[in-house]
Amino acid sequence: MAKQTETDAATGVATTGHEWDGIRELDNPMPSWWLYTFYATIAFALVWVMFYPALPFVRGLLGNTARGDLAAVMATEQAKAAPMLARLRAATPEAIAAEPELRTFALAGGRIAFANSCAGCHGAGGQGAPGGFPSLADDDWIYGGSLEEIRTTIRHGVRNGEAAEARGTAMPAFLQAGLTMPQIGDLAEHVLLLSDAGPANPAGAALFADNCAACHGERGEGNRQVGAPRLNDRIWLYGGDKASVTRSIAYSRAGVMPAWEGRLDAATINMLTVYVHALGGGEQ
Amino acid sequence: MPDIGPPPASLYAAHRKIYPRAVQGRVRRAKWAVLGILLGLYYLVPWLRWDRGPGVPDQAVLVDMQHARLFFFWIELWPQEVYFLTGLLILAAIGLFAATSLFGRVWCGFACPQTVWTDLFMWVERRIEGDRNARMKRDAGPPSRDRTLRRLAKHAAWLGIAAVTGGAWVMYFQDAPTLVRDPLGASMETWFFFALFTATTYVLAGFAREQVCTYMCPWPRFQGAMLDQDSLVVTYRDWRGEPRGKPKDAGSGDCVDCSACVQVCPTGVDIREGQQLGCIGCGLCIDACDDVMRKLHRPQGLIGFETLANLAASTAAAAELEPGPARHAAGMAARRPLRLLRPRTLMYAGVLSVVAITMLGALMLRETLSLTVLPERAPPFVRLSDGGIRNAYLLKLADKSREGGRYTLVLEEAPGLRLLVQDVATDAAGRPLLPVQGDGVASFRALVTAPRAIERQPIRFRLLDVAGRPLAAAESIFLGPQP
Repeated sequence: MAKQTETDAATGVATTGHEWDGIRELDNPMPSWWLYTFYATIAFALVWVMFYPALPFVRGLLGNTARGDLAAVMATEQAKAAPMLARLRAATPEAIAAEPELRTFALAGGRIAFANSCAGCHGAGGQGAPGGFPSLADDDWIYGGSLEEIRTTIRHGVRNGEAAEARGTAMPAFLQAGLTMPQIGDLAEHVLLLSDAGPANPAGAALFADNCAACHGERGEGNRQVGAPRLNDRIWLYGGDKASVTRSIAYSRAGVMPAWEGRLDAATINMLTVYVHALGGGEQ
Repeated sequence: MPDIGPPPASLYAAHRKIYPRAVQGRVRRAKWAVLGILLGLYYLVPWLRWDRGPGVPDQAVLVDMQHARLFFFWIELWPQEVYFLTGLLILAAIGLFAATSLFGRVWCGFACPQTVWTDLFMWVERRIEGDRNARMKRDAGPPSRDRTLRRLAKHAAWLGIAAVTGGAWVMYFQDAPTLVRDPLGASMETWFFFALFTATTYVLAGFAREQVCTYMCPWPRFQGAMLDQDSLVVTYRDWRGEPRGKPKDAGSGDCVDCSACVQVCPTGVDIREGQQLGCIGCGLCIDACDDVMRKLHRPQGLIGFETLANLAASTAAAAELEPGPARHAAGMAARRPLRLLRPRTLMYAGVLSVVAITMLGALMLRETLSLTVLPERAPPFVRLSDGGIRNAYLLKLADKSREGGRYTLVLEEAPGLRLLVQDVATDAAGRPLLPVQGDGVASFRALVTAPRAIERQPIRFRLLDVAGRPLAAAESIFLGPQP
């Protein structure tokens, strides 16, 4: 609380009674123009409230809204991008990748489209996710890593039951197809051996030749025509330990991917193609 | 009746208009000289030209907001080098502290834009409306055609000066000749800032004047911390002037209470009341008082630039003496020479030189080529089919020169790591060649591959020029699976 005020001897001005370490605050009056400036800001605020939306449910006289501002900016930007998008729609991914201007635009646009539509499963940088969401940044491609193959996969998707051209082969579940659990264990050991990660297992080798080599190749080199993944590398879609491989053989595992044709326009699919190809694993 | 104290004062003080009288003298001449130099610099610097080659602005001092460049003669700065501006502000602040501790409020009294423009506006006012007495008389008198016309003329002249001031301000941000040739082609922003600085000049120098110093400016509030007993301040030598009286009165001091010092004061204070917030240290009261002393055939310097230490010494020496030449001589003899080298000023000088040398060094060692490496961390690394590990990096290559060029990128001290930059050509040895345009930034995506799983390790990207000499480098980290 303020102490009793007194008059400062040096200046003859009353003090406020506040004191800090012997320093006392003088009670000089404010200049009156300071007060008028304050009134002017209040008047300005009233004018502002009239013209701009400052109260809930009240549109200002100018009809200005932040949403409207955004729409106007978006319309301008879209109009600017329209000629470029038309070129991207008409060109093949190869032509886009070959031309620096189109390629730069496609990489930037593809990054946004990827974040919107693909990152949910494939990760923000295309790193994939455990449980059947393949990495798009490595050098292993189940259906091919050329621009054309990537575009086909994006357009029609995988095993989605909605597009006739969707990538769509499936591996049998060998526990139901007649193999016993011990046989499947042998088989898994041989599959791991293909990438030098398991012991030799002659019974497994024989079973592999009979049941798997047709699609995955004799040495597990895979077959992109039928979407049979390579087995003799260090990349595993569902895990590379014996239990995971055994489970894959016994029950069969296969992911799905939607067909993006019809959901995204051709320009966006072309941009996505170029972007995914540039993530690090693109093939000629 | 009990003592109930004085009646409560109003919370708000009405503005008391100040009519400073014209004055001639040494201080006034110094102020005119400083005013001429500063205003000359302000209005003319945008017109200086500096040839930087084709396609580049040829204005010597230009803050190019549109292209995010600052030009100062031979120096060209990018926005990320704004710390040079910070350093300059620090220099200015310490310089202000040093000048204040040496010579008091010289900044306020001589060089502050508020003082300079107010001085200019007051000069215009005197030319049109006359000196103090004429103005006071006319303002107090009845409305007349003459008064209205003079006021109109004064405000027109003020607005003219203010417009030139606002115009010069925007010229530091735009090409000055283009702006003058085609003012209608200027952007809305340019017009806005022109109007803003015209308005602030008109209001601050025409109306607000000393109110800026006493109410708005934070500097007078804390500059007391820079002043000490040995700083030069504008001081009334009360030991010599008191007791005040008429020139013929026996036993009175040198002050004849003519109030010349109060009449010329631009902030309307009475310097005889001692050190005070309202005194901006302009020294015009010195000129006014010297003039009066000269006419009275008394020694000048009743008001002068004096240290508080000397004032105390003089006061002590003159205390017992009667007014007259003997008292004056005793008081003046007690003064000591100015102590410019004091711990405080030496410290300011030290800090000033450290900052100045640091900035100069930074400016001279400034590289025109810079490389920034941002590792991609989604994913942190990619496992390849053959068991190798790959990291991706975003490289940003900024070339602040005007030439541009192609630079070879190599990895230093990273045996076994393979470097690939997407979408660029390679030299004969298979090393990537990064092209960059002069005065531009180029982005590249680099892929670094280890043949087998390795642990995290630091790596360094280095740029080489065509002759293989090392240029800019940037450090980063290569990540692998945790063991």
